[in-house]
Amino acid sequence: MKNENLYNYILGIADNSLILGQRLGELCGHGPSLETDIACTNISLDLFGQVRSYFQYASKIAEDGRTEDDIAMLRKERDYKNVLLVEQPNTNFAYTIGRQFLFDAYHLMFLKALQKSADLTLSAIADKSVKEVSYHERFSSDWIKRLGDGTDESHEKMQDAINDLWTYTDELFHQTEADKIMATEGVGVDVPELKTAYYNYVNEILTEATLEIPESKYFQKGGKQGIHTEHLGYILAELQYMQRTYPNMEW
Amino acid sequence: MSEEQIKNLEQQFEARIARDEKIEPKDWMPEKYRQTHIRQISQHAHSEIVGMLPEGNWITRAPSLRRKVALLAKVQDEAGHGLYLYSACETLGVTRDDLYGQLHSGKAKYSSIFNYPALTWADMGAIGWLVDGAAIINQVPLCNTSYGPYARAMIRVCKEESFHQRQGFEIMLKLANGTAEQKDMAQDALNRWWWPSLMMLGPTDDKSVHTEQSMKWKLKRKTNDELRQQFIDQTVPQADVLGLKIPDPDLKWNEERQSYDFGDIDWDEFWQVVKGHGPMNKERMKARVGAWERGEWVRDAAMAHAEKKKTRKEKQAV
Repeated sequence: MKNENLYNYILGIADNSLILGQRLGELCGHGPSLETDIACTNISLDLFGQVRSYFQYASKIAEDGRTEDDIAMLRKERDYKNVLLVEQPNTNFAYTIGRQFLFDAYHLMFLKALQKSADLTLSAIADKSVKEVSYHERFSSDWIKRLGDGTDESHEKMQDAINDLWTYTDELFHQTEADKIMATEGVGVDVPELKTAYYNYVNEILTEATLEIPESKYFQKGGKQGIHTEHLGYILAELQYMQRTYPNMEW
Repeated sequence: MSEEQIKNLEQQFEARIARDEKIEPKDWMPEKYRQTHIRQISQHAHSEIVGMLPEGNWITRAPSLRRKVALLAKVQDEAGHGLYLYSACETLGVTRDDLYGQLHSGKAKYSSIFNYPALTWADMGAIGWLVDGAAIINQVPLCNTSYGPYARAMIRVCKEESFHQRQGFEIMLKLANGTAEQKDMAQDALNRWWWPSLMMLGPTDDKSVHTEQSMKWKLKRKTNDELRQQFIDQTVPQADVLGLKIPDPDLKWNEERQSYDFGDIDWDEFWQVVKGHGPMNKERMKARVGAWERGEWVRDAAMAHAEKKKTRKEKQAV
């Protein structure tokens, strides 16, 4: 592959949307209200739309005949580059919202920086996605506040979720070799630079939601290197089911 | 109000409907009209919401990204239909929570078709093509129904449903033109969904209890049997295009009637499903009730938060 770093860089971005979209897709029809059901489906829909743009681009770069679906659905578990945060399960609505907010806050800052990419395809995708993700972030931060500053029960559930998910936030700011090279070339986003602003913003929202900011200094990592939690295998089992069972067919 | 006054109002009301005028929420209406509309509109809304489940169950397994996006959009449309149908129903003086209560207790019905399982990807095609196809035949006349909010909701619903039906047909077409395995999958789905789709249009006219009154109020413009015939006549040529066989050995073109004759429908199966004993009735209700109960603390939190915000705002204003 001529531009393997760019290819890997795109996969790193797209896999986050792919796996989070898949997680949200599990909830369709099972939300706490019709309005939240519609919102979660809508976010999933936006994320998969972004995934298609990224993988269509990646398939052009790969130049090996693989389609967007081959890239999305026919890789092995260790070849998925998403962060561990997005594969965490829908334990309850607080976990769904916690995962969404902790990712959205990052995603929005990331896309705003990606808009300035020297790669015109990536900056165009970022331009389109930034509008969608602004909405996602508004939705999830509003719900953080509702649940944090709602009833005693919702406060406790939201706090538990944040405490459990916090350990996956640091990884958002790690860089692979491809990430570093792409950032140097002005194509990629220098994510460590976003870290302070991210935690400042997240802390601000959590404080407004009357939630404690977790103090743990122990963080999990590995997703970007393809070392995932045990959850990913099950997500892929569903995602890949049709492509694996009926190979080489058109749908 | 005296009996005579009520009678007078009723006459004026019936005359308005006969003149094709729309009845609006604040207008006087007979109690029976109100109740019939609550029953039908809520039944329709419940069908949209329960109908999300068989298709929602395939979102995580859709075979391609394009199909996944289309399926997500479709199920989201159904949730949207549910939302504005519940809103239309609320204009008649019930709350959405009351209507959910009726669904969850089994008092309110929803379309019998959603009590069948969606087993393969081809079912996503068959549901769109046949179930949405039958729904459109049922619903298009409702765009002109007498109750304004319902008629307006239906205009929007019908536009989206016809898009869904084309999408379902397109899934079937791709399978029918695919490998032998794909074609088998499509035929199998047609075999399983054909008869339930015919049943979905309701019991035969002699067994239908609401038809006469509903025709008068333009809640219904054709009888169940007429709708069923229209559905069959419209769908058989589409199956031919797909190269699939309708699973009815008695299906035959009747030159004289310019319509298809068809075999006997198993009405025992229909009533079994309607009475709550179909393959998926219990699962569907468990899913709906479960989502509602698991969501209670979330809804409570949203209310409590809104209340807190309001109080803070009032304090600031003082």
